[in-house]
Amino acid sequence: MLHRILSNDMPRSRWLAGILLILVLALVFTPFIFPGVKALNTAAKIVIFIVLVSSFDLLLGYTGIVSFAHTMFFGIGAYGIAIASTISGPHWSSLALGLVAALVLSFFLALLIGLFSLRVRAIFFAMITLAVASAFQTLAAQLHDITGGEDGLNFSVPALLSPATEFLDTPFLGVTLDGRLLCFYALLLIGALLFLLMLRIVNSPFGAVLQAIRENEFRAEALGYRVVVFRTASSVLSALFACVAGAMLAVWLRYNGPATSLSFEVMMDVLLIVVMGGLGTLYGAIVGACVFLVAQSYLQDVLRLASEAVSGWPLLSALLSPDRWLLWLGVLFVLSVYYFPAGVVGRLRRSSS
Amino acid sequence: MRALSQKFDWKPLALVPVLALLVLPFTGSVSTWITLTVAGLAMGMIIFVIASGLTLVFGLMDVLNFGHGVFITLGAFVATTVLGAMPLWSGSTEWFYNLCAIGLTMLVAMLVAGAVGAVFERLIVRPVYGQHLKQILITMGGMIIGEELIKVLWGPQQIALALPQGLHGSYLWGDAAIEKFRLLAVVVGVLVFVVLVWVLNRTKIGLLIRAGVQDREMVEALGYRIRRLFIGVFVAGSALAGLGGVLWGLYQQNVTTQLGAEVNVLVFIVIIMGGLGSTSGALLGALLVGLMANYTGYIAPMAALFSNIALMVAVLLWRPQGIYPVVYR
Repeated sequence: MLHRILSNDMPRSRWLAGILLILVLALVFTPFIFPGVKALNTAAKIVIFIVLVSSFDLLLGYTGIVSFAHTMFFGIGAYGIAIASTISGPHWSSLALGLVAALVLSFFLALLIGLFSLRVRAIFFAMITLAVASAFQTLAAQLHDITGGEDGLNFSVPALLSPATEFLDTPFLGVTLDGRLLCFYALLLIGALLFLLMLRIVNSPFGAVLQAIRENEFRAEALGYRVVVFRTASSVLSALFACVAGAMLAVWLRYNGPATSLSFEVMMDVLLIVVMGGLGTLYGAIVGACVFLVAQSYLQDVLRLASEAVSGWPLLSALLSPDRWLLWLGVLFVLSVYYFPAGVVGRLRRSSS
Repeated sequence: MRALSQKFDWKPLALVPVLALLVLPFTGSVSTWITLTVAGLAMGMIIFVIASGLTLVFGLMDVLNFGHGVFITLGAFVATTVLGAMPLWSGSTEWFYNLCAIGLTMLVAMLVAGAVGAVFERLIVRPVYGQHLKQILITMGGMIIGEELIKVLWGPQQIALALPQGLHGSYLWGDAAIEKFRLLAVVVGVLVFVVLVWVLNRTKIGLLIRAGVQDREMVEALGYRIRRLFIGVFVAGSALAGLGGVLWGLYQQNVTTQLGAEVNVLVFIVIIMGGLGSTSGALLGALLVGLMANYTGYIAPMAALFSNIALMVAVLLWRPQGIYPVVYR
């Protein structure tokens, strides 16, 4: 049964299985274990990022393509929900409409970029996606009437999902059962289904071809697989998953702007999580997203303390200032690419085998 | 070289005048067109200086350096410090002192960017030679670290970078205005182009570099230290990015930490259009990008975002390897 659900891709390490079990249980019971709004927000963000990072891993880890346009599709999903909800009000139909429109746009955009640039030369793909993504980001900021520009869009979600809806008058196990909680569990369920679907994809014959292309493009082509077709399919699939992840983010935040979904920092977070967690293992996305997002919430606090501790040395203090947290993320990133190329999951699997 | 010049491919050279003439009917008047064209060519020249650095590093050494933008930003920030330290020379109305100030600024920026490039090569790039995927990831990380360090040293806010007095204003030629600074940019760009082509095609070092790109082991077997040569190429590429950063900063007249990342996107488009490792291709690509940016910025500002991408698509449909590919990979 478990084998079927996980598509026969077991964690293959006792430690990894234990860690995954703890993390998943912690996510499921977050509202009951860690009280407070901040913890619930972090948990929801982790769920969304697990989907986003797994979809990126499908592209980078399994197919060996570097794309910097991943946050563009994430942003399209988020803007789809935000724009549809702003225009036609907080109804289920506008959520559905926004999501479908965003999926269609992502599909054609990914197909266009993929067919064009993957055909020319695979290493150009990274550059071309970077160019397209930066143009798209500027476009989103400039179309002020539709996207709200740099300020973004605040909107309402259907009443069932809003915090004002309470299902029980008395708290259950100390937790108020409101629409926010329902929204969290809905996201968790969708996230879990998407994750299992991706696990199914990478362990299918299709996924095997993708990995063959990653290992040896020439040989895969010689065996009769059209590399361009498979690469494009992989990039379209990952764009669609990223788009759904963006929609989930918008529903949860009830807000979307360029900084939350399109910005380069989000792309950097995704890269860092996927590399830390382990390329080519979807489980890495779970471990990476949990560790990274929890650390991110506290890294700035740690830096603030450190910066105050060394306030006597101006340069050192400036280096440790909480505004410079991206610097330390960058250092962490470079170090993890060097010394941790297989990521947490790869390391755990190797030590157990 | 003689064989090359005999079958020199002239067709792509027509791209620039064709593009310029195609837009002529849309600009309204001839004088506007001349102003836009000269401005576009000057902008193209600045982009070329930056792109020439990356074409060395990426085209010849096969290092996919996403961190190239850091050296552009660094050059621009060094320029604010150096020019700011010479108020007498840059504030003077004498041409000579202005040019000295700018020349000195460029020299310092190139030295600093080159030195940082050497460190970057050692720490970031060296362990990942030959691994594209890791190069992209690592140099991206290096770019973020570099940008943040620049913020630590110069502060995160945008800094104004004023042109020296004598370079303000423009020459009037009929109704068309040609800014003085843009002429300077064109001169610097042409100089860089000539020097690069000369070094790569007519000197022993250039011969060794080209040979090393084609067959590294053979050159090493003949007793040349290709490692040292390639470090030199990386340093030169970084220094050119620094020089380009000075020009770009003066062109924009203010300097932000995102500057390098923004220009880098244009530079990637230029490199892809021009063909790997080709200096002439980079020049043509840069001129096309510069012209396109100025024309669409004037005629249809919203289209300017995607016009360069459309241009690249068009060029690649015509020549999938770029305009003048030197290296086939």
